[in-house]
Amino acid sequence: MPLADARARVPGLIVVTHDPVADHAWLDRLALGCNRYSPLVALDAPCGLILDIAGAEHLFAGEAGLLEDIEMRLSRLGMSVRSALGPTADAARALARYQTRPAPDEEQAIRRLPVAALELEAEATTTLVRAGLRTIGDLASRPMANIAARFGASAATALRRILGDAPSPLDPRIGLPPVMAERRFAEPLGSSAHAIKILAELAGEAIGALAERGKGGRHFRATFFRSDGLARSIEVETGHATRDTGLVMRLFAERMDTLADPLDPGFGFDMIRLAVPRLDPLGAGQLKLEGGAVREAAMDELVDRMTTRLGRGRVKKLMVADTHIPEQAQLALPAIDAPPPVPWQAPEPGEPPTRPFHLFDPPQPIEVIAEVPDGPPQRFRWRRAFHAVRRYEGPERIAAEWWRRRDNAGLTRDYYRVEDVQGRRYWLFRHGLYDEKPDPRWYIHGLFA
Amino acid sequence: MRESSSQLAGLRKRIARLATDGGPASRPAEGRLASGHAQFDAALGGGLAVGRYHEFFAADALDGTSAAAFAALLALRTPGQAPLIWLRTTDSANRAGHIYAPGIAELGGDPDRLLLVETPDPKMLLACANDAIRCTGSAAVIVESWGKFPLLDLTAGRRLTLGARDAGTTLLMLRLNAAPAPSAAETRWSVSAAASREREANAPGAPAFDLELLRWRAGPAGGCWRLDWNHDDKSFGPASGEAALSGALLPLAARRAALPHGAAAA
Repeated sequence: MPLADARARVPGLIVVTHDPVADHAWLDRLALGCNRYSPLVALDAPCGLILDIAGAEHLFAGEAGLLEDIEMRLSRLGMSVRSALGPTADAARALARYQTRPAPDEEQAIRRLPVAALELEAEATTTLVRAGLRTIGDLASRPMANIAARFGASAATALRRILGDAPSPLDPRIGLPPVMAERRFAEPLGSSAHAIKILAELAGEAIGALAERGKGGRHFRATFFRSDGLARSIEVETGHATRDTGLVMRLFAERMDTLADPLDPGFGFDMIRLAVPRLDPLGAGQLKLEGGAVREAAMDELVDRMTTRLGRGRVKKLMVADTHIPEQAQLALPAIDAPPPVPWQAPEPGEPPTRPFHLFDPPQPIEVIAEVPDGPPQRFRWRRAFHAVRRYEGPERIAAEWWRRRDNAGLTRDYYRVEDVQGRRYWLFRHGLYDEKPDPRWYIHGLFA
Repeated sequence: MRESSSQLAGLRKRIARLATDGGPASRPAEGRLASGHAQFDAALGGGLAVGRYHEFFAADALDGTSAAAFAALLALRTPGQAPLIWLRTTDSANRAGHIYAPGIAELGGDPDRLLLVETPDPKMLLACANDAIRCTGSAAVIVESWGKFPLLDLTAGRRLTLGARDAGTTLLMLRLNAAPAPSAAETRWSVSAAASREREANAPGAPAFDLELLRWRAGPAGGCWRLDWNHDDKSFGPASGEAALSGALLPLAARRAALPHGAAAA
């Protein structure tokens, strides 16, 4: 029905543009909030959540209590909820979406589901109904081979999954962390400062568990669950495995200071969880007498703090990349996760450097006057100023990486190292040879010391 | 009454203690960042003092690379694997260019020692600089700023000075596209590119720098030097050949009476 027709029928119609990205982000927030019930929550996009509650229901006085709690919290957020419990993820999903009639037990409920619960193509579902197979139970009474032959292997698989004969694995949003500590409160905590104190206690507990295993944490995730059902996750990372509660708490404090929207307790936090998703072996260390370990530790902590404050991409180490294209010859990798260094090419003795100190990426266009078309530049204009070239060396010819490109295309560059009359040294190149391109352009690619 | 006077006496004693111990120059420097250029080092009493705050102004906006390279090479000359922390704002890559590790390697420096920190704005740059200089274990901290840096006032400069002194970290502040102004720095330099020594076929030679000492807290200012970088023995050396052309750039006597120029800049 077009919108105009709908408006004509219902004058007070509220129209909202469909925004799948925002819907997904909201579902993701709900999933984080549902982590309070179980660490394993999977998104069933676009509008479902699947929780693996095995071993967690007793915390909420049984399955019924858990369902009641979920429905209460989600409906407070304005959601209308249909929920169901099942022996497998697919069975629970089908029950939540297609169950219409009550049943004495779980097995009966599954058998009474309509065949639409298999979520086959519309044509296949119609064929099933025309054949008189209206429920899952009808279908399950037939031999599986006949179903596969008549309606395809996907129908057989879907049926086996709903019946629990085939595994229906869950793809959780966040994996189960190896070490976790959590605390629940009878009365919600109203202040962030108090919550951080509790977090410090949890960090002590988690680090105790790490020490027992001889491991150290590389990544810590604190999740603050609010009593309104939503949650907020804050993560910090360290460059080396650590069991230093003080360091972890300093990083969390650093992270909270730089949050764009501060941690909001709302009506209070009723649960705080600290997870350590990434562990590395960490033996007991001994300080060196000359103090080397202390200095390195201070440096590592600085890297961790800067990374926490600014983000991974802003604290970098430069690494070798094996290519001769100048702008790709170095990789800037996060210092917190940098691989061991690879040696750089040693300079040619007695020769001036052939690569600049500063590189422009992308190269900046310049206007060049050369004596002969494919000769060295004599004057060039860059950033609205003319520079007269006094000395030059070149060309150094760098071809495009034709072996990486499907069309064998790419222009050859002719690099010149030039010095102007004021003594400044530049790295210029002509993009393309004259037989590759009629009027190749000039660029400045770097500045020498 | 009695109690308050004893408190006052305590405060006076504390002030007296701060006055004797508080000056940045009160504690002797733990070492020197030597350039390798004999006259340059001799004039500065062995090189740039470690654990101090030094400022390098690019003489022109186009001399930024020379100033940056001079500071980096001075820090990377020190033996060992101590990292060089380089702080800059994200937009400086567009203005001055990305720091290019192959180029540093060709100059004889070790790019693996470089820890690059890019901050979103100058405010964060200053905050990170304060953290970085308080971290022992670095060869030096280079802070690169572009244009006027109003946040770096005398208070901020003094804070940096104290931080550098307490941790024994050298702070090399790069001021690109900025005019020299009074600050808390131990030395203030103006760096520009110099014509290199000609090689065969009119090719440009090794990097050459013109340095002018604008201000020095511990001595007279006003010296000018022309330094060539030699990447084989990783040291600066006297410029030869072309230096004769620019006659005014002879090194000045090291311990002259303080120049009015230097006094005015203080």
